[in-house]
Amino acid sequence: MEFSLDPVYLGKLFDLLLPAVGETVYMVIAATFLAYVLGLPLGIFLVVSSPGHILPNPWVEKTLGTVINILRSAPFIILMVALIPITRSLVGTSIGTTAAIFPLVISTAPFVARIVETSLKEVSEGVIEAAMSMGASPWQIITKVLLPEAKASLVLGIAITTISVIGYTAMAGTVGGGGLGDLAIQYGYNRFRTDIMLLTIVVLVIIVQGVQSMGTAMARKVTHN
Amino acid sequence: MIQIENVSKVYSSRHGQTKALENVSLHIPRGAVYGIIGLSGAGKSTLVRCLNLLEQPTGGRILIAGQDLTKVSGQTLRQARQKIGMIFQHFNLLQSRTVAGNIAFPLEIAGLSKTEITKRVNELLPLVGLAEKANAYPAELSGGQKQRVGIARALALKPDVLLCDEATSALDPQTTLSILNLVREINQTLGLTIVIITHEMKVIKEICTHVAVLHQSQIIETATVEDIFTKPQSTIAREFVASVFPNEMPEELLQAFANEAQSEILRVRFLGEKAARPIISELIRNSEVEINILYGSIDHLRTTLFGSLTLEMKGSSEQRQNAHEYLKSRELEVEVIQRGV
Repeated sequence: MEFSLDPVYLGKLFDLLLPAVGETVYMVIAATFLAYVLGLPLGIFLVVSSPGHILPNPWVEKTLGTVINILRSAPFIILMVALIPITRSLVGTSIGTTAAIFPLVISTAPFVARIVETSLKEVSEGVIEAAMSMGASPWQIITKVLLPEAKASLVLGIAITTISVIGYTAMAGTVGGGGLGDLAIQYGYNRFRTDIMLLTIVVLVIIVQGVQSMGTAMARKVTHN
Repeated sequence: MIQIENVSKVYSSRHGQTKALENVSLHIPRGAVYGIIGLSGAGKSTLVRCLNLLEQPTGGRILIAGQDLTKVSGQTLRQARQKIGMIFQHFNLLQSRTVAGNIAFPLEIAGLSKTEITKRVNELLPLVGLAEKANAYPAELSGGQKQRVGIARALALKPDVLLCDEATSALDPQTTLSILNLVREINQTLGLTIVIITHEMKVIKEICTHVAVLHQSQIIETATVEDIFTKPQSTIAREFVASVFPNEMPEELLQAFANEAQSEILRVRFLGEKAARPIISELIRNSEVEINILYGSIDHLRTTLFGSLTLEMKGSSEQRQNAHEYLKSRELEVEVIQRGV
């Protein structure tokens, strides 16, 4: 079908698009948030347990690093299918938007851990040393030095993570996860509705742009150097 | 105040072992401004970092106010560190906090209440001359101002000891002087013991009371600052002294004077009130030698005068003998550079 400005056509399009956008936003926010709940502590552990840092522990660092690398090696679509039994026992179903969140989190958390690790490694050794010279405990160094000093970089990391989760949710759509990806497959691909396909892409582009701009603006706001 | 006993530090790596400190022993008296000078790689930074256990020594003991820091860890060590302030070459301020926030940082760590913190920060800001800059971020400050924040932060918990790790090495000469003056003031008004690590003899000259020369991981000389400048023992110490008082005569000039009979070239160093005495005229009157001033400089050590004169002295051997006795009786440091025939 050709794109037109016919109100009836636009109304129908809108009815299709709105719930899909809602589902995508829901999946992205929930998955990103939960991925940070898991990934932020993991990233912190990776950094502080590295040699020469505040709690050096080669065993913890190696084990965590290996687990994270294994999880990151599995393609998301494979991980999603492989996790179906666990998803079913956790969520009650393996189909639908909520069910898609679990594999999204499992796949994103290791990514978050690495992003957080990179951000925290940017904090200068000198500042950490200064805090140690004042008698700061490891917990105080994490909460009062590492996280606040890396704030801008962490915020940019959240933007990057959110955008990569948006990409994953589109894949979740292929197995009935709902959202914009689902719409693009069902209508745009299976039913040859190029107009819907294009519209979905435009909406995704706008969302990705928005997230990135917001991230950049927030990072600039918290930067003082 | 600080007792360093046979401290060693060996770094082990896959490529073998590197000795950073070998059997270093030092006694730093209460209230002293103790300079530790050495060339790059001598082990100075390792030594100062051992004093608050940022580096764990591989041997020996560190006693601060009677407490052996090498024996404590965890909470006890952290509490001991709160009584040892430290400032750094690159300031190491928190970029995400304002000047006031940076000064508040050690107070937060120590668990003081909000009102106590505000009160202490407001005392410290004027002390380092930054009352106007309380809400500025480090990125908006000059190097000297950043180091002032570092000093205020180090003093926040009223420490007994202040460690300065190349604190002025990243600053221009003018700013260096103002920071050194501030450190001297702090030493005098608060009476805390200060340990200064530096490779610049100028820093030692300006504020130190004592000095230790660290060379190739070992202490090779310790002295009061007056003694190191008037009678340096080791070659390294002499080189350091010459770096601020360059009174070496050019070789050709020395040659020209050396060949004369009944003449010798002396270097006389004097300090404090001795510098104010008319020694040259007394010398001429007493021993009837002829004096020719070849080179001279007068400067100060901390707040006392310090001078160095290179003289050519002519006369019979008896007259010159008398002159030497006179100089000795005045307790002046005399070094014969060249003796004529």
